[in-house]
Amino acid sequence: MEIIISNSSGVPIYEQIIEQIKSKIVANELTPGQLLPSIRNLAKDLRCSVITTKNAYDELERQGYVKTIPAKGVYVNEINRDLAREEQLKKIEKILDSAVVLAKINNLSRKEIDDILDILYEEDK
Amino acid sequence: MMKNILEVNGLTKKYDNFELKNVSFNLPRGMIMGFIGENGAGKTTTIKSILDIIKDYSGKVKIFNLDYRSHEAEIKEEIGVVLDDMFFPEILTAQDIDNVMRGIYKNWDSNLFNNYLKDFDLPRNKQIKTLSKGMHKKLEIATALAHHPKLLILDEPTSGLDPVARSEVIDIFQDFIQNDDCSILFSTHITTDLEQIADYITFINDGEIVLSKTKDELLDEYGIVKCHEEEFNKISKKDYVKYKKNKCEYEVLVENKREFKKKYKFEVIDKMTLDDLMVLMIKGEK
Repeated sequence: MEIIISNSSGVPIYEQIIEQIKSKIVANELTPGQLLPSIRNLAKDLRCSVITTKNAYDELERQGYVKTIPAKGVYVNEINRDLAREEQLKKIEKILDSAVVLAKINNLSRKEIDDILDILYEEDK
Repeated sequence: MMKNILEVNGLTKKYDNFELKNVSFNLPRGMIMGFIGENGAGKTTTIKSILDIIKDYSGKVKIFNLDYRSHEAEIKEEIGVVLDDMFFPEILTAQDIDNVMRGIYKNWDSNLFNNYLKDFDLPRNKQIKTLSKGMHKKLEIATALAHHPKLLILDEPTSGLDPVARSEVIDIFQDFIQNDDCSILFSTHITTDLEQIADYITFINDGEIVLSKTKDELLDEYGIVKCHEEEFNKISKKDYVKYKKNKCEYEVLVENKREFKKKYKFEVIDKMTLDDLMVLMIKGEK
């Protein structure tokens, strides 16, 4: 499982773990029933503390993304994909909203914004 | 099942010019605790008291739920120790240490010891006095680990090691706690090692424990506010821990940066590092 942790981003490490595992579940890279690394394994792989990975898994469990089976491990849950997608959409909307506010302050046209989006999408390909 | 692998309760010891004052903290099972403080703050004295190398302290030390002083022999079988001052006679070789330790520890594992020697690139047949300081430290760590201890107590295990060797040692520590029955207490002033892997931070200053908390609580909640004098004067005393006046700005240590930001709406609130914490707690004013 690929997770990239930044120690300088200012975002708490357990939040980074939560976000990245969530997006992998939503994108179906991690599939329902799949066994995740143990908290100790993950802590070693990410070079972080055991408490950090435990907090991340606990929160993912609270939000319904994973399920702990005692003495066996942590498994990916069957999630409501529509709901998860909705959550991601809300986040995107929020980010775009602040971009639009900034664009309006600077008198940018809708066309100019579209062009920027087109470029950004192209870059990703 | 026991929750804490190590319990230190009310450790007190008086010297002419230094005093351990009621030192208490607990190390839970399966966890790594970093023990930080300035040179001379009492880290080594605390560790040596825990191990009863320094005698005549008052207070209680429990390891594996057993009183240390009355169960020393059985506890020693299950702890691995590295102290800051070297304890091997200099004419010995790694091979000699293997032979000696086999007679001392019931669970001494020569294969494991040899694996560590290989991992650390340590020679078997060279006298210790010919080894560099870093190699010596690695040899001590290998020795502390080779009888399958459940608790490691390490005083400055990474001092004198270069970044690559430190990284190897950190890997070995994390391997060690893959077994959730095992814990590590290690003192250090190289806080970047701890910022990565420590679960708990215990901070001692002038013989007194200043705090003992999970590292995530510390690093995610504490913050450093940077502001001008005018702004600083608006902060109520109860809302900060310590402050330090620098040439161009005030540095203010706050316990909960989110709450603080809500209340005061200051622009610059930095992430706190363990170094910041130490400097501000020791040099800062209230």
